[in-house]
Amino acid sequence: MAEIQQDEKGEGGKNKQKKQHLRVDFTPMVDMNMLLITFFMFCTTLLKPQTMNINMPMKDENMTKEEKTKIKESGAVTLLLGENDELYYYLGIPKDQSTYDDSTYLVTSSYGPDGIRKLLLEKNTGTYEKIQELKAHLKEGVIVDSVFRAKTKEVHEAAKEIAPTVMIKPTELSTYENMVDALDEMLICNIGAYAIIDLTEGDRFFLYQRTGNKEYLTEEQRTELGQK
Amino acid sequence: MAKVKVKKQSTFIDMTAMSDVTVLLLTFFMTTSTFLAKEPIQVTTPASVSEIKIPETNLLTILVDKDGKVFLSMDNAEQKVETLRAVSDPYGITYTSKQIEAFRKLQSFGVPIRYMPAFLDLPVEKQDKELQDLENKRVGVPSDDGKIEDGRGVISSDNEFKRWVAAALEVNEDLKIAIKSDKTTVYPTVKKIIDILRGDELRQNRYLLITTLREGSSN
Repeated sequence: MAEIQQDEKGEGGKNKQKKQHLRVDFTPMVDMNMLLITFFMFCTTLLKPQTMNINMPMKDENMTKEEKTKIKESGAVTLLLGENDELYYYLGIPKDQSTYDDSTYLVTSSYGPDGIRKLLLEKNTGTYEKIQELKAHLKEGVIVDSVFRAKTKEVHEAAKEIAPTVMIKPTELSTYENMVDALDEMLICNIGAYAIIDLTEGDRFFLYQRTGNKEYLTEEQRTELGQK
Repeated sequence: MAKVKVKKQSTFIDMTAMSDVTVLLLTFFMTTSTFLAKEPIQVTTPASVSEIKIPETNLLTILVDKDGKVFLSMDNAEQKVETLRAVSDPYGITYTSKQIEAFRKLQSFGVPIRYMPAFLDLPVEKQDKELQDLENKRVGVPSDDGKIEDGRGVISSDNEFKRWVAAALEVNEDLKIAIKSDKTTVYPTVKKIIDILRGDELRQNRYLLITTLREGSSN
């Protein structure tokens, strides 16, 4: 599509060589480039997916029962993830039958800022602020990542006696999203110690008591209940 | 009096500058982009406030769909092929170089090992079609211990998922395990996979859960 324009001035002259302007039309080139850009824009992911690190407790049969239940009762918070995004929690460790009879022991809560986060922030005051400060420093570039990690560890270590230990217990009726949401709350509230663990029979009973849904119970519990 | 001559003006617009800009943009997109990985199933990952980016290398991604079907993908093609060989050997399955080449090109894989050679022989479109079939029991890496059979014979006789992960860890010790699942997946499905990973044979207890960034995350 090159266009050659003849200079009109040269008309009528002698056998002078004609001056030629060479002009290339770039329009098709632009068209093609635009198409390519559109293609790349549609086919690419500029945003890389995020990940969440999670450490599961080792499945070790040799661990004694004492080691397993080292959690301090005062700081223990147990989250039960139920059906339809329901969330329940109780504080401490249930001792005997009287706790199971106490209907106020298990508290109904929810995900998000108005639910469980309020409780966790309250329980984690002091530690939360300190880590929040560290996070701000990290963002501003005052400290590097490795220092940040070492310092958060220090803060968690220092608050070990008073900080809450959160046990997340997803039921069979909860979804993967519920689990991630619960873990997310731990990140938001800067909780140092948390783990995902299986439900105990007592937990199942709590949920059955509250909701009347037999699906929370184990097979044995269901037959036992049927016999009664 | 001479008439005022209307000068004939050319409507020619100089596109050179425009072309420059588009070429620059194009270069930008070409260099910064990573292509969307083709996945056999579409999953919507849950949102989280975690801002840790997913590592680019040494990654074994376990894709779990709603029905518990498992697909695997590895970023390093060489290691992927090595893993395939290690898994196939105990079953006495060998591959032609053409099949290996087809496997190298697969983004994520997930068929029972006995069915792998036949699957790799299929053209790419047929492979996709096969994986999309929800009723097909020959899709997904078998993660059950028991024997699974259908009309055409034995599908799997043991937990092949465990073998895959073990072989992949053998090939690359620094491998990180990422779990990607749909947010509506019921917990037992995910738990089953995690339990296999945590089990006595694999003893893996660190995972990356792939999530998307939660909107308006700062508190």
